[in-house]
Amino acid sequence: MTEALLSSNHAAALAATLAARANRGGRGFGSGVYPITPQTECVELLCQQEIEKGHVVRVESEHSAMAVCMGFAFGGARTFTASSSNGLAYMAENVFAAGLYRLPIVMMAVNRTLGPPWNIWAEHGDTLMLRDAGWIQLYCEDNQEVADTVLATYRLVEDPRILLPALVCQDAFILSHTVARTLLPDQAAVDAFLPALNLPQRLGDKPRTVGGLDWPHDNEVHRRELHEAMGRVEAVYAEVQTAFARTFGRTLADPVVSYRMEDADTVLVSLGTTAATVRAAVDEARSRGIRAGGLRVRLFRPFPEALLTRALEGKKRVGVIDRDLCPGLGGILWAELRGTARGDGVVQGYVAGLGGGDIRVEHVLGILEDLVGRSHASAPVLWEVA
Amino acid sequence: MRPERLRLLSGPVPNEPVLGGLPQSAQDRREPILRPGNTNCGACGMSVGLQLLRHAVAERQVQMVVPACCGIVAPGPFPFSAFGAPVVASTFAAAAAMATGLAHVARLNGEETRVICWAGDGGTYDIGMATLSAAAERNEDVLYICYDNEIYGNTGGQRSSATPRFASTSTTPGGKSVEKKDIVGIMAAHRVPYVATLSLAHAEDTVRKFRFALGATGFRFLHILAPCPTGWKSEPAHTVELVRLAVRSGLYPVLEVFEGRRYVINVEPEMSVEDLERYLSLQGRFRKVATELVPMRAAVLEHWAELAQRAEREG
Repeated sequence: MTEALLSSNHAAALAATLAARANRGGRGFGSGVYPITPQTECVELLCQQEIEKGHVVRVESEHSAMAVCMGFAFGGARTFTASSSNGLAYMAENVFAAGLYRLPIVMMAVNRTLGPPWNIWAEHGDTLMLRDAGWIQLYCEDNQEVADTVLATYRLVEDPRILLPALVCQDAFILSHTVARTLLPDQAAVDAFLPALNLPQRLGDKPRTVGGLDWPHDNEVHRRELHEAMGRVEAVYAEVQTAFARTFGRTLADPVVSYRMEDADTVLVSLGTTAATVRAAVDEARSRGIRAGGLRVRLFRPFPEALLTRALEGKKRVGVIDRDLCPGLGGILWAELRGTARGDGVVQGYVAGLGGGDIRVEHVLGILEDLVGRSHASAPVLWEVA
Repeated sequence: MRPERLRLLSGPVPNEPVLGGLPQSAQDRREPILRPGNTNCGACGMSVGLQLLRHAVAERQVQMVVPACCGIVAPGPFPFSAFGAPVVASTFAAAAAMATGLAHVARLNGEETRVICWAGDGGTYDIGMATLSAAAERNEDVLYICYDNEIYGNTGGQRSSATPRFASTSTTPGGKSVEKKDIVGIMAAHRVPYVATLSLAHAEDTVRKFRFALGATGFRFLHILAPCPTGWKSEPAHTVELVRLAVRSGLYPVLEVFEGRRYVINVEPEMSVEDLERYLSLQGRFRKVATELVPMRAAVLEHWAELAQRAEREG
């Protein structure tokens, strides 16, 4: 175990490198990379690593970066790439292809506002746009979680019951460029944690056509299989948590992370680093007599509906803070969560921190006060934080 | 097909073609690359190309990447495959990038597998151009073969940047107004180890080039003029004849470019106007509209002047 001051970009690159080297007994490692702010430092550091039985290909676009990863994966290699924002939008066609091919690719995404106009700061709309692509999506709250999630995700996605790609998401600059004390395990521990990848759909040497014409009924079956694999993610994730704790002696965060929820009647739900601010606001609100609680959705795909339903049971008021906006609808997390909350509680959507606006404790307290005063939900509120 | 029929087919075939002094059956890969049951139209130039590729591949291990094009419809619906080789579909623009990954894994694992892209002109000249250019610039160990039917055949025959001037397509019903891209010049400008054009009417030369390209390393680009009877509105029986006329008239130069510098002309054209006229007259796409022989002939001569210059200066 080594401890270092690392940005989340560098933490992701080093974790991916550990996972890459761990497959040297298998068919190796490969990556297609393309720079985009604020992900660039991740792929730069990856390009500087010596990886036994591994190649990093510097390509000409995000679309090709994902295609190169798919080629590596079809050859049976472990793969990694990273992107952000408009890069993800440009890559999108191949993001879907990797999902539909069920290739266990791990991609680190730095959540950044889509442009134009150009804005390089945090917003979750870029990865949420890919929510239907057949990828597992995990949102991280700090640097340690980014490193741990990258490692743990390989074990999750390469499990023969899963075989799906995964996005490990982190907030632009708030994490990507912020240096924090981060623990990285030794190679031997990672080798023990990540057995060599054995991909059943490897292209191999037998005549067959992968991805050709699929009549409607076969297509239905293939989609159903993908959907069912998503349905197994939570159970396999729990096994990965156990193995992670046993191997590395640390806890891997839950799919849904609760904060002071036991006796809370007013709950704020959020993604990524917003949840850390929510925790501070919950403490402050409680000192003012509001029985507040926080819920962080770490696993967004598959959507942890049962976990959220259980966590929100009997809660009087639920506020969802989205750092994203689906124009004409509202926040995406709110829209997805609406259907899961049971009972007669109020579920109110708030959109805050668009374009990287700094969501501070006072903003969340304002949202809490607004929420406490509500007997009915209204249309989503665009909460300015500037 | 009944097993007895299969046995008959694998035995000696009377009057079989002789390539390079050897009967076809003596050089064939046991498994055809394109097997019976494929969905290609009769006399598709792509089919002829794949049959010739079979001889050259012989017993080499190959993996193929086919982007969106007629080539990925050819094998038929899941779970059947009329391709007698492992084939993976890439998205339209991504063949050369996906092949890059496969080629790297083969090298990382010390495997001799040759990775082949088999792509139409839409995936090569148009949407896949950036990906192709980048893979060529990186000199990936990929054999990229473009079967050029000069239209988006799979979607019903729309113009591409490979469509020749004057050709009528479903999106240029009055004839295309601009020349097709010089893909050979573009690829040669990448200074890749090997670029060649292949004539389906010159089987020996074509198989030789396939063999050379399969044995070479680094990025190799092969171009096949692939008549599409459906899109060109030509008789299926004329597929090979059309290529022969294109070569004879000088419209389709048959050549090789080594390292992007050394041009070698493999078949000397007769440059005959009659052959050009006949080439045009056999295709509905040139008959529908006022196809002008004079500017076409001028463009052919101009291109040959360029080629002669390149071949002389560089060679």
